[in-house]
This record gives sequence, C-alpha cells and structure tokens, in this order.
Amino acid sequence: MLQTFFNLEIVGAAWRIILAGLGNTVLLSLVVVPLGLLGGLALATLASVRNPWVRWPLMAWVDFFRAFPPLVLLIFLFAGLPFAGVELGGFACVCIAFFLNTGAYYGEILRAGVESVPTGQSEAARSTGLGRLQTMLFVVLPQAVRNVLPDLLSNTLEVVKLTSLGSVVAMPELLFQARQAQSLTYNPTPIVLAAAIYFLMLWPLVRLLSRLENRALAGRG
Amino acid sequence: MAAKPIAGSIVQARGIHKHFGALHVLKGVDLLLAERELVFVIGPSGSGKSTLLRCLNRLEEPSSGSVMVDGVDMLDARTDINHARQRIGMVFQSFNLYPHMTALGNVTLALRKVAGKTRNEADTLGHAALARVGLADRAGHTPGQLSGGQQQRVAIARAIALEPRVMLFDEPTSSLDPELVGSVLGVMRDLRESGMAMIVVSHEMGFARNAADRVVFMDEGAIVEEGTPAEIFERPVQERTRAFIGQIQRH
Ligand SMILES: Nc1ncnc2c1ncn2[C@@H]1O[C@H](COP(=O)(O)OP(=O)(O)OP(=O)(O)O)[C@@H](O)[C@H]1O
Ligand SMILES: [Mg+2]
Repeated sequence: MLQTFFNLEIVGAAWRIILAGLGNTVLLSLVVVPLGLLGGLALATLASVRNPWVRWPLMAWVDFFRAFPPLVLLIFLFAGLPFAGVELGGFACVCIAFFLNTGAYYGEILRAGVESVPTGQSEAARSTGLGRLQTMLFVVLPQAVRNVLPDLLSNTLEVVKLTSLGSVVAMPELLFQARQAQSLTYNPTPIVLAAAIYFLMLWPLVRLLSRLENRALAGRG
Repeated sequence: MAAKPIAGSIVQARGIHKHFGALHVLKGVDLLLAERELVFVIGPSGSGKSTLLRCLNRLEEPSSGSVMVDGVDMLDARTDINHARQRIGMVFQSFNLYPHMTALGNVTLALRKVAGKTRNEADTLGHAALARVGLADRAGHTPGQLSGGQQQRVAIARAIALEPRVMLFDEPTSSLDPELVGSVLGVMRDLRESGMAMIVVSHEMGFARNAADRVVFMDEGAIVEEGTPAEIFERPVQERTRAFIGQIQRH
C-alpha cells in the first residue's frame, strides 16, 4: 500500500517537479487574489452609486459571474474564444477568468461590508469636505474590510484552491506538475504529495479563519 | 435666481422645500443667520429640523429654494461643494467619529485630504483643536476608549479644525448621559463666545436661554414663530408654540 501511494523512490524522483509546481501556485495566487480583490473593490464602490443605470447592470454582472462555473468560464476563454479569432494564452485566460469570477464574489462580500458601515460615517466625512471616493477609501472601506474579514479570508482560501483549475489550460502549477510526474512515473505518489502540500499550505489559513470566526461570534454575543 | 448675499449674514436660506417622495417635509423655510449669531431651533419630532440643517450643507438636496453660505451659492452646480463644506461644520447626535482612527486621526483626516495640509501641519492644527475642546491629553485614544461626552467634543474639534464660518449642531447632547451633557454645552458656549455663528437644534432650554440670540420654533416643515429666548419661552404668541413650550416644560 505504502509502496503504491507513498513510494519514497518516486518522491525522490518527482519532488523537483512538484516544488516547481508549488512555486507557480504561489505566484499564481499572488496574481489572481489581488486581481479578484481589485475587481471586487470596483464592484463594491460602484454598488454604492444609487443610479439605477449603474445598479442594474452591476447586479446582472455579479449574478452572472457567480452563477457561471469558473471551470466552464476558463475553458470557454481558452478553447472557445479562438473560434472567434481571439487566442489568449493559458495565463491570460486564468487571469481573466479569476478577475471575473472571484471579483464577483469579493465584490459581494465587500458590498455587504460597505453596507454594514452606518451612513452617519460617510455623512460625517462628506460634511468635512471629503469627496465620494475619498470617503470610500479612508472612512468606509477600512471599516467594511474589518467587518467582513472572515468572509474575505474564506473566499481567499477558495481562490487559492481554485488556482488548480489552471492545470486545465496547461499552467504548470502544483496540480498540473503532479499529474505530469504521475504520468511519467506511473504512480499516484506525486498526487498524494501535491495533496499534502495543499493541506500544509492552507491549513494555517484555515486555523486563522476559525479563530477569526470564533472571535466574531464572541463579539456578537 | 441666485439671491444676492445680505451684508453681515453668513447663512441665507430662502424658500427651502424638501420632498421625500410624496412626503413634503420642508414647506418653504426662510432662515437667516447673522455673523456671530446663535440661532436655536426647536420643534416636535418629525418637524423637519434635521432635514433643514442637512439642506444647508447639502447632505440633503433641497427640492427648491436657495442656500447661500458665506457668500457661496450652495446649490449652484458650479460650486465646488467639497470646498464649500469646509466652511460649514456639522456635529451629529450620534457623534459619527471614525472608530478605526484615533481622536487626532479623526480631526486631521480632512485637514490633510481636503485642506491639503502636510501631516505635520495637520497634527499641529489637530492638537490645537483638541486642546480647544479640553482633550489635549486624549489625542491618541480611539473613540471606543472615550466617553460619549469626550467623543462629541472630538467631533466638535474635527469640525472646528477646518476653521468653518458657521457650525451646525443637530441635537449634540441628546444621546449623552445627563452628567456628560455639561461638558459638551461648555465647549459650545466657548465657541459661541469666540464669535462663531451657530445653528443649534436641541432640547437644552437652559442653554438656549443663556446663549441663544434667537429661538426658532418649527412645526410640520415650516417656521411657526421666532423671537428672543424670552419671547418664545415666556410669551409665545402662536397657539402651537405655546402648546409645545408647555409640553417640554412639564418634563
Ligand atoms: N431620507 C429620508 N427619506 C424619507 N423620509 C425622511 C428622510 N429623512 C427624513 N424623513 C422624514 O422627514 C420628516 C422630518 O424628519 P427630520 O429628521 O428632519 O425631523 P426632526 O425635526 O429632525 O425630528 P427629530 O426631532 O425626531 O430628530 C420625518 O417625517 C422623517 O420621517
Ligand atoms: Mg432630527
């Protein structure tokens, strides 16, 4: 059993490939998390505009990309768009897909955060002459982020896991590299190794999240 | 139809109407405030006192009418509203301090971001403003570490640090424990003695008697009667004023 699923010889042969995959997963996360946050910030800021010509398209946008499975979106961008003459590389497709998908999720979380800040806060800021954007940036968002920190972190956890979708468009991230190693060695050990690395990487984040959630519960009680 | 400013008057609101949907909340209110004057506004709940104040700095958009503050037409689309608002300080019933900043941070935010001061300049002005409200030693405290009375004084410091020409107070002591009311009223009295023009919505009749030049009684979105504190409190002319004064004096 151990010979099959955790063969040390195979570990020795595959660890370089897998480590390169881990590096790429970290790099990819460092690109797509800020991209998603940026999209989310834009959406949450726009959502505070009351104009129905802004509100309705915005809601449709968010709903659409939350309902659209990210894997389908990614494959559409990578394998569908070329039929329209638009050929994007795997990396560009992953960036766009994450911007659209996780941006919509971050946007909903941040919007809830913005709405949790009492209107008196922005009224006080506006009464001292701060503009709409300054009020958002210096007064509302810092409080909004603090109020929804557990949700933001939880979504970030999902986003890091979702970077494994990059394997579908041949991004050499952790899962893709593990599958490469697996097909080279005809042994599932690389996959087990990748799973263990995902766990070790994300577990501290999960712990932190639990603690934040407990604290939020205690704060409410 | 921008009205010409009257010399010596710092606020001129004329014919202010405000509708919220079908609700007609202000029905043609005229209010003049002279330099150095303190006008005290009273009236039953829902009579439109807060809405009137909020129309003066355009936190609320009047449906019609004109508002001039310090010679600036507040409703003109060409007016830089953010610049104009620095000239109008506002203090709210619920303080509305920024909870994620220290007292000094609260006071200096607009100094840095609107008035364009450097951090050093802003800090100096911020400390001076906090000293004026008796909180020089609380600059590093966050709102959560301050009593209600201290929080409201920080809110006053935040407004006066911008050197406004007029201050609007909307029930500044209504959410304070009785023993903390005095400290806030004391700061308001100092401010008044320094010559600040003020419009105060409040139920503190004692303060009105001592400090107000004029008392305005509002009901159902209109000014019913105005006069000196003695006129309004001792010998109101209108039946509605009499009923309201009688009611609050029984409490
Ligand atoms: N944003 C709003 N949307 C709809 N109605 C509003 C809004 N703001 C105020 N109103 C209504 O306008 C009326 C006047 O409200 P306002 O707050 O100006 O009264 P007030 O005299 O300050 O009362 P209080 O003494 O209770 O503070 C009330 O009937 C209130 O419900
Ligand atoms: Mg009110």
